[in-house]
Amino acid sequence: MNNFTPIAALIGGVLIGISASLLLWLNGKIAGISGIANGALWAKSMNERVWRMLFLVGLIGGGFIYLMLFPNAIHPRTGFPLWLVGVAGLLVGFGTALGSGCTSGHGVCGLGRLSVRSLAATLTFLVAGIVTVFVMRHVLVVA
Amino acid sequence: MNTQRNIVALLTGILFGVGLGVAQMIDPNKIRNFLDIAGNWDASLMFVLAAALVTSFVAFKIILKQKSPRFSDVFAVPTQNNIDRSLLIGATLFGVGWGVAGYCPGPGFAALALGSWEPIVFVLTMAVGFAMHRLVTR
Repeated sequence: MNNFTPIAALIGGVLIGISASLLLWLNGKIAGISGIANGALWAKSMNERVWRMLFLVGLIGGGFIYLMLFPNAIHPRTGFPLWLVGVAGLLVGFGTALGSGCTSGHGVCGLGRLSVRSLAATLTFLVAGIVTVFVMRHVLVVA
Repeated sequence: MNTQRNIVALLTGILFGVGLGVAQMIDPNKIRNFLDIAGNWDASLMFVLAAALVTSFVAFKIILKQKSPRFSDVFAVPTQNNIDRSLLIGATLFGVGWGVAGYCPGPGFAALALGSWEPIVFVLTMAVGFAMHRLVTR
């Protein structure tokens, strides 16, 4: 297997779960990042926009803290076509808005509430992601 | 109340971002190697999801027994439970985009800390995707 890191994965996953739990317990909000990002732009009230923006600022800050603690752990990917990242962004933005959630909202919080709707969404995007990588890496052999 | 809520949002965001870093989810190759079950499969992300899921499952059970959240009036928990076409088409498009570049929304934001172009392009085009959805569903 390729760079399998189960211990780091478990610790990271628990931290994500604790974050989502604290946000629900204290603020009553679901930690679904696509919904938070979408609402940061277009939520009706200013208060609703502000907390979402702060959460997103925190996300970036958390990334910084991790990279300060482990400066050599992760390096930016090089050589990947930037236009493909742009296509991916459009699909992820439109798709998560239409499907009301992403990996965190459906995959972690939704499944955590035993939502059948989130289970259907999670299985769907997992299969779509697996098929996409299969086609790109093993059929078309592009990137 | 707003100040408390905003501080909570910032701190939980930081914790979430650190978690994504520790789990190495801000590395898009790590994500694509997880989705590449026919190649040199990296199962790590399954452990991330499982750990996050078990943690939230246990905590949510306790939390949702409370009358209200600590700093606001109601739990804003989705009530919809139908599996409709929007859900399935949306999840499919999201999954394709996830596979194409290896970013989902959370790691896309946290990866901005790397200071490279990819996450910047991803987050901006994701916002365009949100806007396109607003136009279409208006």
